[in-house]
Amino acid sequence: MLLIRCPYCEEERPELEFRNAGEAHVVRSANIAGESDDDFEKFFFIRANPKGVIYERWRHIHGCARFFNAVRDTVTDKFIMTYKAGEPKPAKLPGASK
Amino acid sequence: MNAAFRISGAGRLSQARTASFSFDGKSYTGIQGDTLASALLANGVHLVGRSFKYHRPRGFLSAGAEEPNALVQIVRDNARKTPNVRATVQELYDGLSANSQNRWPSLAFDVGAVNDLASPMFSAGFYYKTFMWPKWAWKDIYEPKIRAAAGLGVSPEKPDPDHYASRYAHCEVLVLGGGAAGIAAALAAAETGVRVILADEQAEFGGSLRFESGARIDGQDGYAWAQGAIAKLMAMDNVRVLSRTTAFGYYAQNFVGLVERVSDHLKNPGRELARERLWQVRANRVVIATGAIERHMVFANNDRPGVMLASAARTYLNHYGVAVGRNVGVYTANDSAYAAAIDLKKAGVNVAAIVDLRDNPSGAVIDEARALGIEINFGRAVVSAGGKLRVSSMTVQPKNGGGGRTIPVDAILMSAGWTPSVHLFSQSRGKVAFNDETKRFVPGTYAQDCVSVGACNGTDGLDATIDEAYAAGAKAAKEAGGKAGRAAKPKVDAGESWSRGMLGAAPGAGPGTTVKAFVDFQNDVTAKDIRQAVHEGMHSIEHVKRFTTNGMATDQGKTSNMHGLAIAAEELGKPIPQVGLTTFRAPYTPVTFGSIVGHARGALFDPTRRTATHGWAARQGAVFEDVGNWKRAWYFPKAGEDMHAAVNRECVTVRKVGGLFDASTLGKIEVVGPDAAKFMELLYTNPWEKLETGRCRYGIMLREDGFIYDDGVVGRLAPDRFHVTTTTGGAPRVMNHMEDYLQTEFPHLNVWLTSITEQWAVIAVQGPKSRDIIAPLVEGIDMSDEGMPHMSVREGRICGVPTRLFRMSFTGERGFEVNVPADYGEAVWEALWAEGQKHGATAYGTETMHVLRAEKGYIIVGQDTDGTVTPNDAGLDWAVGKKKTDFVGIRGLTRPDLVAKGRKQLVGLKTKDPKVVLEEGAQIVADPKQPIPMKMIGHVTSSYWSENCGRSIALALVAGGRDRMGQTLYVPMPNGTIEVEVTGMVFVDEKGERLNG
Repeated sequence: MLLIRCPYCEEERPELEFRNAGEAHVVRSANIAGESDDDFEKFFFIRANPKGVIYERWRHIHGCARFFNAVRDTVTDKFIMTYKAGEPKPAKLPGASK
Repeated sequence: MNAAFRISGAGRLSQARTASFSFDGKSYTGIQGDTLASALLANGVHLVGRSFKYHRPRGFLSAGAEEPNALVQIVRDNARKTPNVRATVQELYDGLSANSQNRWPSLAFDVGAVNDLASPMFSAGFYYKTFMWPKWAWKDIYEPKIRAAAGLGVSPEKPDPDHYASRYAHCEVLVLGGGAAGIAAALAAAETGVRVILADEQAEFGGSLRFESGARIDGQDGYAWAQGAIAKLMAMDNVRVLSRTTAFGYYAQNFVGLVERVSDHLKNPGRELARERLWQVRANRVVIATGAIERHMVFANNDRPGVMLASAARTYLNHYGVAVGRNVGVYTANDSAYAAAIDLKKAGVNVAAIVDLRDNPSGAVIDEARALGIEINFGRAVVSAGGKLRVSSMTVQPKNGGGGRTIPVDAILMSAGWTPSVHLFSQSRGKVAFNDETKRFVPGTYAQDCVSVGACNGTDGLDATIDEAYAAGAKAAKEAGGKAGRAAKPKVDAGESWSRGMLGAAPGAGPGTTVKAFVDFQNDVTAKDIRQAVHEGMHSIEHVKRFTTNGMATDQGKTSNMHGLAIAAEELGKPIPQVGLTTFRAPYTPVTFGSIVGHARGALFDPTRRTATHGWAARQGAVFEDVGNWKRAWYFPKAGEDMHAAVNRECVTVRKVGGLFDASTLGKIEVVGPDAAKFMELLYTNPWEKLETGRCRYGIMLREDGFIYDDGVVGRLAPDRFHVTTTTGGAPRVMNHMEDYLQTEFPHLNVWLTSITEQWAVIAVQGPKSRDIIAPLVEGIDMSDEGMPHMSVREGRICGVPTRLFRMSFTGERGFEVNVPADYGEAVWEALWAEGQKHGATAYGTETMHVLRAEKGYIIVGQDTDGTVTPNDAGLDWAVGKKKTDFVGIRGLTRPDLVAKGRKQLVGLKTKDPKVVLEEGAQIVADPKQPIPMKMIGHVTSSYWSENCGRSIALALVAGGRDRMGQTLYVPMPNGTIEVEVTGMVFVDEKGERLNG
């Protein structure tokens, strides 16, 4: 069972308290009704699914209930870092994967 | 009374404390502190099992967890028959009853042993090759027969009556293994004040100090030192010492699973004691001190009872005071077996000969053996063991061939060397590295915050082990925040040390031979089988393993993996590290399902949610159905009524008079804040800004893709406060969906969401008399049609308690839903029930609710929709705000597929024969005469007998359904095709007049 650091609680808590919520930094357009089919397809259907570093959303559902962002390595399953919802993608990762 | 092979003065057990036990129905006497294995050996019993495939007689190979042969069934009663227990770890208790496995009719005469004679048929891959055809026969004939013949134990016949405990624990330093290394590491860590957990699988700590008679630490015998150190650790508040506790799995971030055997060693455990306890430990640092496991020699008939590991014979002698024979032979490729020979000789057992594969070894143990007058043969091999049910001789030859001689023996002690136990290190995703000099895999690259010490790290010698372990324990504690320790490092006065040995087949069992030289005892895999696997094209060690089953089953190859690997490597002509090791996986030793499940079974498997009126409904004789975790009253049968009759009566009574229904399970969310209406506009398709306070609206929630996600009636209690209802099953995900958008997409909105599902009990009162039933109990609410029209909500009091009273209907009748604080739910229900009875109203359950809503064409999300249905498909376009510029799903609704013609639409169906009730889920076709496979144009989503209509009714999703009104369609069923007519979705009161009736 993984430990995940909730950036709101500022604590590492067991995986059981969290729920994955899909890829992060997928922005819903302010004018979504006017989006082209292609743009909507990218927004709603297309996901990166990388082997390696993934930016994803998690929810501390059995804790503070906040959604936040996490950077995880899909190969090692290690959480590289977590940060609050709305914060930009980190420019540099701590101990970036070798 | 001493058993025949118990040596007085040897061992550490108190001979006064006897325990009687039985094996295969025969009674024996052992001593408290024995294992079943040592007690049987004390009585001269070596034959304890039959092998998996060939049914060969088997005895004890080891004295520990690595045992592949001596699997027995421990029987306490019909419900407590534990199969596949290793006799070498089962502690003896007075009255213990054990049976051998996989033999018929008896252990000494086993009919299945014919497999041994026919063994050329049963070579590696035999099952895969032989039972290929005919295909059907595998399931019905081959598999049951093979399973019966290749048996392990028998399952108990009754549910497990024992209970299993479960605990979480946290510590700074977790030490796995309580031998010299583990104890030294724990001592060093404990001194720093950090929390330490020390676990060992055995009943007593000490590890190999149990047999190493040459060890002296701090001026004491090694084993005595271990007991003193453990007593000291147990007395420390920051240390938890767990014996009989196996670390079976090493998971991410130093999360380690331990299973503690709490009461399997007790005569009468009593109900209050758990059988086992699962520890889920999260440690800052882990010290792995799991030792090493001795390997056997691979030679012909090395599986005869009486042939065992040298360290096992030493353990039986030095710890249990048991001689494994009276005239033993020794076969070795390293020094450690000499120590066994010396100990046995000193205890008065004759050592017929030591056969050493090495050409000219030298050292203190060899000199000592020679001084004791033991015959030593260098450069020779034991090429075969004689005897059947018990070893009777060993045939010794020069290792390069030549004339041999046969030496009578009643036991052979063997040692091919020691394999570091890297199982847990490897499970932690650490990478092992092959040391070419010592020919063993040792921990290489670490993946987690752990360290291996002692024999499992390839560290030889007690002195070096304690140095390393003590330093590692201190370092781990310091890194985890411990203060500097003060205790002195244990001082090793004398210790034993050995390394090297051999891997693979010994002379006489090499390439080209066909003898039965076992590599894996439990799976009956011989050296020849592994070579054959390579010849047949298995070039990866993982394939060799699966083809031969080497290293599988309950012992997971603890003694066999390295031999198997070496033989495969030799045959492949590759160095060992290039062939690689198979992956180590949890569990280290078998773990019971009970310990993993813990208390989560029966009623505690999953929470049961009951509404406030559950007790009342139960007393009325309601039949309940499971809806998610909820228990919901399904119907309320009166005496003599079946479900059909009860539902018909309930349905008719509600429309004629009225009925009470518990709707508490519907999800309820309060949406509050200055931007509450804006938020509702974004989350639901409907317009909300203009909904007046005190009014309700049916809302539809979509996902971004435009499909219906949930629905429910929403009441506006105040300009900034909405009382939202959701489907019963959808409550948690709707809340999650709302929170997601509020927190991440619309965080600028000032809104709070609160789940109030459990706060309010909801009593639906429906039917023409509903107002008459409620009104006498209500204060402060004008319940006239003008004061409280259909789709309105009022706050007031009922029966003196606060209520949110909704006027709404899921039946098509005049109706109300009375929300009261859940604590008052049952009392208010009883009061309403008393009023209802004056009018002849009924209580009704979920089945009637379903029928009544279907009569009105009201959909149930998740039954009439399936995640691919749009509001338009469901005939609910009116609920989508046409002037809105944004809501979740607005863009999805305009996707090409969602606006295309011919989509499946929800319609009504009437069977041509009104008595026929369609099956829900049945497929619909336009032309029943077309060839199979037919083109299916839709399916039935809801179907009931409607007593109110005097006929069956159904809802269905049909392609282009609304353009097919009046058409005849067909529902092909196994017993014939049913003709149906496409109709509107409303079967009762199409104009909706009864809402005010």
